[in-house]
Amino acid sequence: MAKIEILVVEDSPTMRQLIVFALKRLKDVNVTEASDGVDGLKKLSNKQFDLMIADINMPIMDGLKLVSLVRQDPKYNNMPIIIVTTEGADEDRKRGLALGANAYLTKPVQTTQLLATVKELLKIP
Amino acid sequence: MAKDRTEEFLNTFKKTADFVKELLQENEKLRYQIAKLQEELKSYKEKGVGVDAHAQCIAKIAELESEKNEILNKIREVEAENKSFAEKYIEVEQENNNLANLYIASFQLHSTLNFKEVVQIIMEIVINLIGAEIFVLFLLDEKSNELTPVATEGIELTEVTNVKLGKGIIGKSAKTGENYFSDIIPMFETFNQEAPIACIPLKIKEHTIGVIAIYKLLVQKSTFNELDYELFTLLAGHAATALFSAKLYTESERKLSTIQGFIELLTK
Repeated sequence: MAKIEILVVEDSPTMRQLIVFALKRLKDVNVTEASDGVDGLKKLSNKQFDLMIADINMPIMDGLKLVSLVRQDPKYNNMPIIIVTTEGADEDRKRGLALGANAYLTKPVQTTQLLATVKELLKIP
Repeated sequence: MAKDRTEEFLNTFKKTADFVKELLQENEKLRYQIAKLQEELKSYKEKGVGVDAHAQCIAKIAELESEKNEILNKIREVEAENKSFAEKYIEVEQENNNLANLYIASFQLHSTLNFKEVVQIIMEIVINLIGAEIFVLFLLDEKSNELTPVATEGIELTEVTNVKLGKGIIGKSAKTGENYFSDIIPMFETFNQEAPIACIPLKIKEHTIGVIAIYKLLVQKSTFNELDYELFTLLAGHAATALFSAKLYTESERKLSTIQGFIELLTK
């Protein structure tokens, strides 16, 4: 059975490690890490992913730009995207979801909440 | 004529005799039935069936009723136990997540001996794991006895000034080594260096080497929670050790290259 491929785009190594650590609790999941939007796009072009988790505030290319570019790619039209960010204002949330994110979680994120969202979007028990 | 009447009388008499005979037979049958029923009744009475059976049925119903109540109580107990297990599971899951956060924070803090990187990791932990929007990391200059700002988030470093040890909330927290938490978290209006909502002294044993002063939490976070206090405790010890080690390592590296340069000069 093919593993579920998840891409984590986050510039903070601490946060990235926390997300990866949480995701590894799921069965048959393979996690790829990227440190900014450009790195994320590169990883997306090399491999087919089932889900992407992205931060907003990142150097080189921010998460919102990344989400809008990913949504323009027909290959990733339907891939679920979760934004995990410090930006908790309503307008930020609306902007993120309008650009094509499926879920918008704010930091400090509860790993149980993150895992529940991932499971829901991937429709896994 | 007389013969006819005699015959008629005899016929009637015969019919009557037959009827009486039938009655007697019927009577005999009924007697037999009564005797049989009496026998059966006697046997039932001996077995205790009869009037007592009703009482026994009622007793049996009461017994089953009590058994049913017992089972219902057991079901209720099991349901309560299930609920308690579910609550415990959530608690354990929460604790597990908290431990994961603490482990990662601690792992990251000790992952490098580069002073700038350690400072960066401390900032990341305070932003991402605690959820602070405006805060300052001060380090203690033991010569001047002043706390010097070395890194800031949400405010320019130039806007923050040195703090005398023992002076104000930050200085006192550094001097006593005790955490400070504001009783209420007020609405943030403007940056006031003297009014942090939390101060966490960074200590190696009882020796304070710096302070993290938090002024504002992220908009989605209204107060500190249990995990934050755990993270503060972790930061107080581990961040201090990591900063101190990185500082010593950087200094020793610098000294080593100076000595190597000096030796090279002497041996040329």
